[in-house]
Amino acid sequence: MKKLLLSSIIVIIGFTFIGRLSYLQLFRFSPDQILDDPAIKKIYDYPERGYIYDRNGELMVGNQPAYDVMVIPREAKPLDTLEFCALLGIDKPEFINKMKKARTYSPRLPSVLVPQLSKEDYARLQEKMRHFEGYYIQKRSLRYYTTTGAANVLGYISEVNEWDLDNNPYYVAGELKGRTGVEKQYEEILRGRKGVKHIQKDRFNRDIGPYKSGRLDTLPEQGKELRITLDKTLQEYGERLMYGKRGGIVAIEPKSGEILAMISGPTYDPSLLVGRERSRNYSKLHYDSISKPLFDRSISFEKEPGSPFKTLNALVGLQEGVLDPNTKFRCYNGFYVGNQKKGCHCGGGVRDMNSGIYQSCNAYFAGAFRKIYDKYPTTDEGMDVWEKHIKSFGLGNYLGTDMPTGRPGRIPGKEFYDRWYGDGRWASSTIISNSIGQGEVAATPLQLANMTAAIANRGYYYTPHILKSVGNSGAIDLKYTEPHYTTIDRKHFEPVIEGMANVYKYGTARWVQVPGIDIAGKTGTVENFTRIDGQKVQLTDNSVFVAFAPVENPKIAIAVYIENGYYGARYAGHIASLLIEQYLKGEITRTDLEKRMLEKTLEHEYAKPLSGEPFKINEYVW
Amino acid sequence: MFGSRGLFGRIDWLTILLYVLLVLVGWVNIYSTTLSDPDLSIFDFSTLYGKQLFFIGLAGLGILFVLFIETNFFERFASIFYIISLILLLGLFVFGKTIAGATSWYDLGFFNLQPSELAKMTTALALAKYLSDIQTDIRSRKHQIYALAIILLPALLILPQPDPGSSLIYFSLFFVLFREGFPLYYLGILVVMVALFATTLMFGTVWVSIGLLMLTILIFGFKKKSTKIPLLPFIAIMGAAVLFSFSVRFVFDNVFEQRHRDRFALWLSLEKDEKKLEEIRKTIGYNTYQSEKAIESGGFFGKGFLEGTRTKGDFVPEQHTDYIFSSVGEEWGFLGTATVILLFSIFFLRLIFIAERQKSDFSRMYGYGVISILLIHYFINIGMVIGLLPTIGVPLPFFSYGGSGLIFFTMLLFVFLKLDSNRLKDGI
Repeated sequence: MKKLLLSSIIVIIGFTFIGRLSYLQLFRFSPDQILDDPAIKKIYDYPERGYIYDRNGELMVGNQPAYDVMVIPREAKPLDTLEFCALLGIDKPEFINKMKKARTYSPRLPSVLVPQLSKEDYARLQEKMRHFEGYYIQKRSLRYYTTTGAANVLGYISEVNEWDLDNNPYYVAGELKGRTGVEKQYEEILRGRKGVKHIQKDRFNRDIGPYKSGRLDTLPEQGKELRITLDKTLQEYGERLMYGKRGGIVAIEPKSGEILAMISGPTYDPSLLVGRERSRNYSKLHYDSISKPLFDRSISFEKEPGSPFKTLNALVGLQEGVLDPNTKFRCYNGFYVGNQKKGCHCGGGVRDMNSGIYQSCNAYFAGAFRKIYDKYPTTDEGMDVWEKHIKSFGLGNYLGTDMPTGRPGRIPGKEFYDRWYGDGRWASSTIISNSIGQGEVAATPLQLANMTAAIANRGYYYTPHILKSVGNSGAIDLKYTEPHYTTIDRKHFEPVIEGMANVYKYGTARWVQVPGIDIAGKTGTVENFTRIDGQKVQLTDNSVFVAFAPVENPKIAIAVYIENGYYGARYAGHIASLLIEQYLKGEITRTDLEKRMLEKTLEHEYAKPLSGEPFKINEYVW
Repeated sequence: MFGSRGLFGRIDWLTILLYVLLVLVGWVNIYSTTLSDPDLSIFDFSTLYGKQLFFIGLAGLGILFVLFIETNFFERFASIFYIISLILLLGLFVFGKTIAGATSWYDLGFFNLQPSELAKMTTALALAKYLSDIQTDIRSRKHQIYALAIILLPALLILPQPDPGSSLIYFSLFFVLFREGFPLYYLGILVVMVALFATTLMFGTVWVSIGLLMLTILIFGFKKKSTKIPLLPFIAIMGAAVLFSFSVRFVFDNVFEQRHRDRFALWLSLEKDEKKLEEIRKTIGYNTYQSEKAIESGGFFGKGFLEGTRTKGDFVPEQHTDYIFSSVGEEWGFLGTATVILLFSIFFLRLIFIAERQKSDFSRMYGYGVISILLIHYFINIGMVIGLLPTIGVPLPFFSYGGSGLIFFTMLLFVFLKLDSNRLKDGI
């Protein structure tokens, strides 16, 4: 017993130690803890964010330096607070408060005292900075815009949030990330790749040298510059024309699918979301729930397209062989569905395809629509055929553009109506509103522009896109260079395009002709409703216009959708014609018309439903 | 001279191998812990690892010195060494040099001599000499008290330096007594006292008393008639235990200082208040916390030699001395720590084997003294570093940085090996 005592104690101690060590090193150990090892600090070297140029190589977005005043509370020496505050442009209580916060965060680590000084403040401060021990200036890079427009396309960047940090290991708190538009879509190209330096620290958090002699360190990779398809001049001009108006404009180059302009009204100056005033400005924009400036109406605003949709029904009729250009329908200043008369503004009389389009005759298209369905034994079959043709124009689904937002619009199929009315309880007459682009069909301005481009191309379109090239190499995603063919044969487009050209020559848009340019277009005047206190109330019609020009060899296809702008040729037609003229000629000859568009606002229309009083709609005040 | 009958003739090579391994592994970790500039030579004496290398050299000289000395020398002069040690310890009260709050050193100019280190060896020698004396009978109460006095005298002189850690070491010599027939129930009493101490702090005197009462009732209520436990003495013992429990509370609250109380509070998880606990962790418990974290982060394989981030960042205070084992844990992982534990265990068991094979009582008793002293250092140090024991500052033998520690541990060991190499002549 006495001989074994010490030996057993040695063995017991040995087992106890091994047990404790296995608990510590095997059970409690997790390989992830290297990530929050307090002894390793990562220092990042941020490359400059890539610039963004327009299609003509004009700079739209660059970078500007900003200067943060930093403080290390432990090293901060007493100073002339009043002088310092005056230089920083803050008052003394704020200064004391900020110092306290910095000290609470860490006495040894730098904190931002005043973020993003202006260049002027920086210049004044820099000379005196050496007097203030423990304070220094840190340079950061901010976005700088050479345009006041295209905010909806370019998007903005902001600091990463909790969600980003949890879902993307690349980001570290405090970094910037593209939030919307091009900045979001091409985030990885624009931002490049930050370089990482691992620094070994001691227990006082001081640097004592590179970790593993820098073997894990990486160099920063420059962000690449982007060339986007927008035409800066056209975009800015379109935004000026949208002054005081709500709606969306999209212009596309038909032969490539490149988006020339993408305008949402109202919009905002992208510079508002940069710098010290950013959060205040953002709140203001975000909480404007009436005009919703952050809502991109060009791509996310889905509404009934109105009469431009008639062109598609004409094409479907031709393709299905139920119409030819000479097929005639009589208009009784309207048409009958059962005993119910539906109105038409074309003036009445016998209409063929040409006059049906350029006078925008509802009766003609109601008749054509019925004929398409009547070709097939059941409404369901007719519906399927119609839906297939219409959807081949990129309607009723996401287009697949390289914009991070968007809406699919709506082309209803038979399932939709079976749900709505019940199986077998609807027919072409029930859904006759779709013949004139009212009813259940809906599209975004982008889709309307794309549809117009498909007509301009006589039967195909390229997926609209915003990226022209990365850097100077022309390489973009192949899916944007493949044509999408519609289900309509090329030969059927000519009669429809002739009708659209006559819209300008003799028809509903003859007032907005552009000298020297052949334009094919189609007006739309779309009834629309809202709810006020639970009551359905009709508002002034939406003004819609789609067009492409020149008729032969089209260079631009455009869709303009102006909320409550009354009839199609009024606001939308004017704006479209001005944009086409600007794009094709580079100058505006019709200056009085231009002046009217630049000055007129529709605020009075938008105020009507909010006024709480009864109001008239579709007033002819010019 | 170095032949089979020479200086190293019968020396135990296995022990020497284990010793060399421990010193080597210790130095490698000291190197990693104190390395600041990889371009410096390992012999650069401005660095701590360079100095330690120098101390290892000195220890080597010390070994030769010990081996050259006549074997009888140690036994013959044991009493004189002991008395010299006591005088040196007393002298500290007058001439002592204070380092880090403890007056434990003589300043010899080139070297700080710590007599408590020397006294460990001389006390072991003196105890062995006294017990092996033909006239000493360990069963006699009087001789037991003399033996205890030999152990406790230096411990009492060291306590007020203050250096409670070092005085604690002397209590390990009790194992020598137990080996030589000192009644084992003393050990039982010691264990019970420690248990009472801990439970009193954890549950309070009242609950401990109630527990003891229940125990008494349980034993006497259900005992079989055949078993004879005298009632009165048993109750007296229980009463003594209750009194002890009261005194623990009193000593803890009035004699201990706050820092001691905090150490126990942390060790026994006495503090329930989260905030205060956090505070204790950051102050008293900081070392233990950092050392546990460093060991934990090593995982199974460790981060590799010179790759320990917490070691390099100097996160564990005193890492090259008392906390050297945490560096093993971080850089060499569980493989490394388990290997070191295994090395130490084999080393101790080997020493017991050697001690038991001695023909001379003196050699065996001294051997047990050596084992006890080394073992308690190892137990307290590693127990503290891995968070099993409260913070008590003792070095890890052969591992920790420090000249006097290494040299005295080495001498302590090699005097025993010298005695062992001579064992065959002892009987003659």
